Amino acid sequence: MKSQFTKGMFHGIPIFLGYLSVSFGFGIMAVRAGLSIFQAVGISVTNLTSAGQAAGVNIIAAGGSLIEMALTQLVINIRYALMGLSLSQRLDGKFNTLHRMIASFGITDEIFAVSSSQPNKVTPKYMYGLIFISFMGWTMGTFLGAAAGQLLPEAITSAMGIVLYGMFLAIIIPPAKKEKSVLTVVLVAAGISMLFHYVLTFVSGGFAVIISAVVSAGVVAFFFPVKEDDEQ
Amino acid sequence: MKIAIYILVMAGVTYLIRMLPFTLFRKKIKSKFLQSFLYYIPYAVLSAMTIPAIFYSTGDMITATVGTVIAVVLSYLNQPLIVVALSAALGAFITGFFV
Repeated sequence: MKSQFTKGMFHGIPIFLGYLSVSFGFGIMAVRAGLSIFQAVGISVTNLTSAGQAAGVNIIAAGGSLIEMALTQLVINIRYALMGLSLSQRLDGKFNTLHRMIASFGITDEIFAVSSSQPNKVTPKYMYGLIFISFMGWTMGTFLGAAAGQLLPEAITSAMGIVLYGMFLAIIIPPAKKEKSVLTVVLVAAGISMLFHYVLTFVSGGFAVIISAVVSAGVVAFFFPVKEDDEQ
Repeated sequence: MKIAIYILVMAGVTYLIRMLPFTLFRKKIKSKFLQSFLYYIPYAVLSAMTIPAIFYSTGDMITATVGTVIAVVLSYLNQPLIVVALSAALGAFITGFFV
């Protein structure tokens, strides 16, 4: 019988490959924003998240406040709270408090998606395998991107700056195509964000993202509440 | 050092958001509004982060726009994340030779 850890690693191979290239883009982005290789890898090792890290690097580069940093991370990553909530109800009995505290570090969109699509209850070892291989991809990719960011020609590193944003589009467009309410959220958020960027330029980037997101999600949640089964 | 403090705040907040609900809660959220808000928030965040920043992500509006169009079309066709992301970069890279 294959061990649960190996099984988790095996299931994580696509995540590994995806993270390797996306975090490569993050590494380049971080170095271009003025961080060292060590700092870029340090962020990936301790955060393991794409959107939050990209926003965090922008705040560091712009010299934003720590409050702005904390609030931005809170708003951008609040989805992990919901995923943790959802996943907490599918856990194997072996998942004691300590296991939960360790495994929660590895809740990402992809790891959540793979573990919740399992037919069986999720065991700690399975989740550790999944997290381990994903973490390796994320960290190695960041290192390679940050290191190559100083070696590769400008034409390549500047083009790689779009990688993370391309991935974000690939996450939001398919559900927006299927659900009108999600499309509305996406368009309203983009509209408010552009308003901040071009008109209300005195608001810093991190706060602009927070306000755009909270207002658009709040308004649409009020007018188009999700149905029970849309939730997962 | 200042950057270390930034990273500490980032990592601390992110970990707590993940750890607290996963470790403590066992019940379901009842509020319809809160459920909906939490369901929409990821899309709202990603959209606000992407628009208009994506158009400045390569340092050149034309290459970035070509990359964006490629990403939108491929996402619309339900291509995997990695295919969309790398194709956008490749498109921007190739366009870079012509501008």
